[in-house]
Amino acid sequence: MLLREVEYAKPASVAEALSILAGNDGARALAGGQTLINVMKARAASPDLLVDLNGLDDLKGIELGGDGTLTIGAMATYTELGAAAEARARPIVGEVCMQIADVQVRNRGTIGGNLCSNDPTNHLPPLMCAVGAQMTIVSQAGERTIPASEFFLGVYLTAVGPGELLTRISIPAGKQDGFAAVTLGADGTCIANAAASINGSLRVALGCVDAVPIVVQPASADEDAVREAVRAAAIDPPADVHASSEYRRHLAEVLAVRAARQAAERS
Amino acid sequence: MSVVASSRAITVTVNGVEYEREVEARKLLVHFLRDDLDLTGTHIGCDTGNCGACSTIVDGQLLKSCMLLAVQTDGSTIETVEGLSEDGQLTPLQQAFTDHHALQCGYCTPGMLMSATALLRANPSPSEAEIKKALQGNICRCTGYWNIFDAVKAVAR
Repeated sequence: MLLREVEYAKPASVAEALSILAGNDGARALAGGQTLINVMKARAASPDLLVDLNGLDDLKGIELGGDGTLTIGAMATYTELGAAAEARARPIVGEVCMQIADVQVRNRGTIGGNLCSNDPTNHLPPLMCAVGAQMTIVSQAGERTIPASEFFLGVYLTAVGPGELLTRISIPAGKQDGFAAVTLGADGTCIANAAASINGSLRVALGCVDAVPIVVQPASADEDAVREAVRAAAIDPPADVHASSEYRRHLAEVLAVRAARQAAERS
Repeated sequence: MSVVASSRAITVTVNGVEYEREVEARKLLVHFLRDDLDLTGTHIGCDTGNCGACSTIVDGQLLKSCMLLAVQTDGSTIETVEGLSEDGQLTPLQQAFTDHHALQCGYCTPGMLMSATALLRANPSPSEAEIKKALQGNICRCTGYWNIFDAVKAVAR
């Protein structure tokens, strides 16, 4: 498929990328392109200008701080996260990344792209909500950091506004995490998913059931408590060819139980 | 300051040959390979990033060339199915595909070969599970996959 005509810029620094984004209304950041290029083929998005973030080393890198905080550059790929020794400090991150799509997509797709596209079927938005990630966003006006729970605003919509870039994701220390999904084929698109994390208390984030991840806080990781918390959230999931609304609600409950159990079993 | 432009001159090395071409920013790598360089071994299957027929190796990484702009590969080293054999001799993997009847219509084969090549470079002794995981991004509608797994296993050490 031939794309609509588009201009292209490959900035040499984050500052230059921000300058180009701020100066062009129709500009879009191009991360791994594993969603955006296909969306452009379908004409569902037609940016006038692509600002290629590949090659900006400031947006790469996976670092483990002295306090156990895992800091991930937005342009780190799934493959890099699956392989990085630093990322093993929070094993769930690499484990989930290696369940996304296939080798080719994992080699190119980025954590920042996954989060900023905020497709409700993506794996990482609920995971970041469950583990309590902090997202750092820059613009020419400066830098701000917000929690994952405030990052996802709607379908394909996040707190990253025009002229802004997500630069890094910080995940606090922790190990008691879980993730469960029902997918279209092994490692395919999620029909429903759930991420869980125990850090003092249990937090479970449900994906694919609303425009943004739904976070619930069961009293404990016991099956009954988790089911109760999911029911209390009164979710009204969308229906499609893969699952009715009722079936997705059922899956959300089951997957929340599985993710919470996995989190509780890890120490 | 980088130039904002709708086309640019790129230099790429494909299968050991250097090419310099002016390309439109909107041109996908797979179209560049097929239409500009006449390397039609890389196939367009689904054109939606699902089937893997267009898989190529760019700077050592297996990628789907329908989800990459040609301008993004400026300065890169690209390997396509045409570059696998040397002096007209099939690689052991290609010979194994023949021996194990790992292709019928052959449409997916270039992508399968590139994915299996990338796997065997990174992991010369893959288990069956690792072979399946490595070929997950490549769809075949003829063989039912088993003969492809057998071919890859035959050259695994």
